Amino acid sequence: MNTVYMDNNATTRVAPEVVEVMLPYYSDLYGNPSSMHTFGGQVGRAVEEARGRIAALLGAQPDELIFTSCGTESDSTAILSALQSFPEKRHIVTTRVEHPAVKNLCESLDKLTGHKHRITQLPVNSDGTLDLKLYEESLTDETAIVSAMWANNETGVIFPIKEMAQIAKSRGILFHTDAVQAVGKIPINLSQVPIDFLSLSGHKLHAPKGIGVLYVRKGTPFVPFIIGGHQEHGRRGGTENVASIVGLGKACEMAARQMQDENTRVKALRDKLEDGLLTSIPNSLLNGHKTLRLPNTTNISFEYVEGEAILLHLDRFGICASSGSACTSGSLEPSHVMRAMGVPFTAAHGSIRLSLSVYNTEAEVDFVLEKLPPVIAQLREMSPFWKSEHKGKVGSSQCKCSCS
Amino acid sequence: MRTGSASFKLDDTGRIADAKFKTFGCASAIASSSALTEMIKGIPLVEAEKITNEDIAEYLGGLPKEKMHCSVMGREALEAAIAYYRGIPLPMAEGEVVCECFGVTDLEVKRAIAESNLRTVEEITNFTKAGGGCGKCHDRLEELLREARHEVQQQIIPDKRPGRLTNIQKIKRIEEVLEREIRPALRKDGGDIELIDVDGDFVMVSLRGACVSCKKSQTTLKEYVEKKLREQVLDTLIVEEGK
Repeated sequence: MNTVYMDNNATTRVAPEVVEVMLPYYSDLYGNPSSMHTFGGQVGRAVEEARGRIAALLGAQPDELIFTSCGTESDSTAILSALQSFPEKRHIVTTRVEHPAVKNLCESLDKLTGHKHRITQLPVNSDGTLDLKLYEESLTDETAIVSAMWANNETGVIFPIKEMAQIAKSRGILFHTDAVQAVGKIPINLSQVPIDFLSLSGHKLHAPKGIGVLYVRKGTPFVPFIIGGHQEHGRRGGTENVASIVGLGKACEMAARQMQDENTRVKALRDKLEDGLLTSIPNSLLNGHKTLRLPNTTNISFEYVEGEAILLHLDRFGICASSGSACTSGSLEPSHVMRAMGVPFTAAHGSIRLSLSVYNTEAEVDFVLEKLPPVIAQLREMSPFWKSEHKGKVGSSQCKCSCS
Repeated sequence: MRTGSASFKLDDTGRIADAKFKTFGCASAIASSSALTEMIKGIPLVEAEKITNEDIAEYLGGLPKEKMHCSVMGREALEAAIAYYRGIPLPMAEGEVVCECFGVTDLEVKRAIAESNLRTVEEITNFTKAGGGCGKCHDRLEELLREARHEVQQQIIPDKRPGRLTNIQKIKRIEEVLEREIRPALRKDGGDIELIDVDGDFVMVSLRGACVSCKKSQTTLKEYVEKKLREQVLDTLIVEEGK
């Protein structure tokens, strides 16, 4: 059975070209980049070349990048650094739809720092977009840092990061963005956007897992998270993950080249898939803004059915997707993103995210368009909420619980 | 909110000839309902009534603990069907709703505690979903657990560890410092200060008199009041002006 992989916001295939450039660093080129000898030095040069490639994709200076182990480490480092730089400021502005890497960190800061912090989690509109006026009003003189994701992992909705960063900057507040989903998919030019910290993760753009980057703008105060050796100019101790760094460099170079393809061909495939599902399946709703969105992501709610059941049926056909349903997360409440958007109970549980990459083909889209509608029909037949009068109506379910 | 339903057909001898189900839920919920209909086919109604959620889980070869509520849901659907057939009200629905998020009654919680020997709120949530939403009913669930164990409420022992202040102690000490040092200093300049509230480390105060119109009042608050309170009461205090 062929695998139809449409879960690229969870992780991506490591590009074969990336694997190829990495392999020598697992065999012959095993030197330590910090060593004085030529053998290690050549590895150090490879790390610096990779740094240059990543910086080029972001419009950053190479020495503004710090290699980390993952996006989560980058997020933690940025936020905790800002709080340590301004210990008297105990207010953080973030959003209700952040990835757990930011959300859960902000919610456990009291325990972590021993201080009480005030967290403002900005609400989002029903289409997942953010109200800039609310954002502006939430900033105070006590605000140490703003942390807002560039693009949402569940819906793909893009926040107005440039405007948000400018507003924060004008108020002298540090600005962090979790750009894990955005990097490589949409153009980012940090020479034009006054962001202080940006997190990215290798495995979301066809590099391996276990490598991340934190961008720290020159001049932004910084306090390291992992303290040890002099690596990364003392900003992050620990011997470099050389092979993965080299792989990430290659992946960024490829992403820059494929960005056009991502925003035209992949977007067209996504649109075909989305339009096809929305028209062929009654009572299906798009979650997230139609245009202010990543080109690869679609999130659709199929009312009256539950996500995990859909996923397992799709799995039988080799189709990989994900869901905001409670059952898939092990909790009883649907995803915090769906709840923040006010998606009704029976729709939030039936939300399915399909996220594409440059490796997806039109044949795969057609395959999903063929297999998914019967799965929904079958599950609705056994759903106690699915009544004949619902057929043809959209968005008619009532949320009777307190999940919103 | 009921997320499952069951129906059955009896033959002339009172045995279940056929059974069907409807479920809105994950794989475990669908499997539990399906297993139940398989289990009751061909047996007398009075026997079917005795099937517990544990029996369903066992039939499936076990369920993860956080999915146990799926088997409970299956059994409840059958109970509802039997009550409907007999034309009697559903006994479990008679109770008082404890968890509003998932519409779970105290009778349902009590039964789950007794039958599955539940010991914690988390276990109650795993088995009945109660408490899995907003969490407002956790105290009530604790109470039901205690009632089930015939235990009296434990006395709350105040935290007497050194270095940790209770709220009362904190407030008293803050008042002391305000009275002894801060107020006299502010009064010299025609100002005053009043303590409004203490919430954790946040100390809400209100500046009075000349302080109200003073441009430097924010600096006074942070550089003087907060500093003094941190030195003499607790070094994590944050002083803010209450509106």
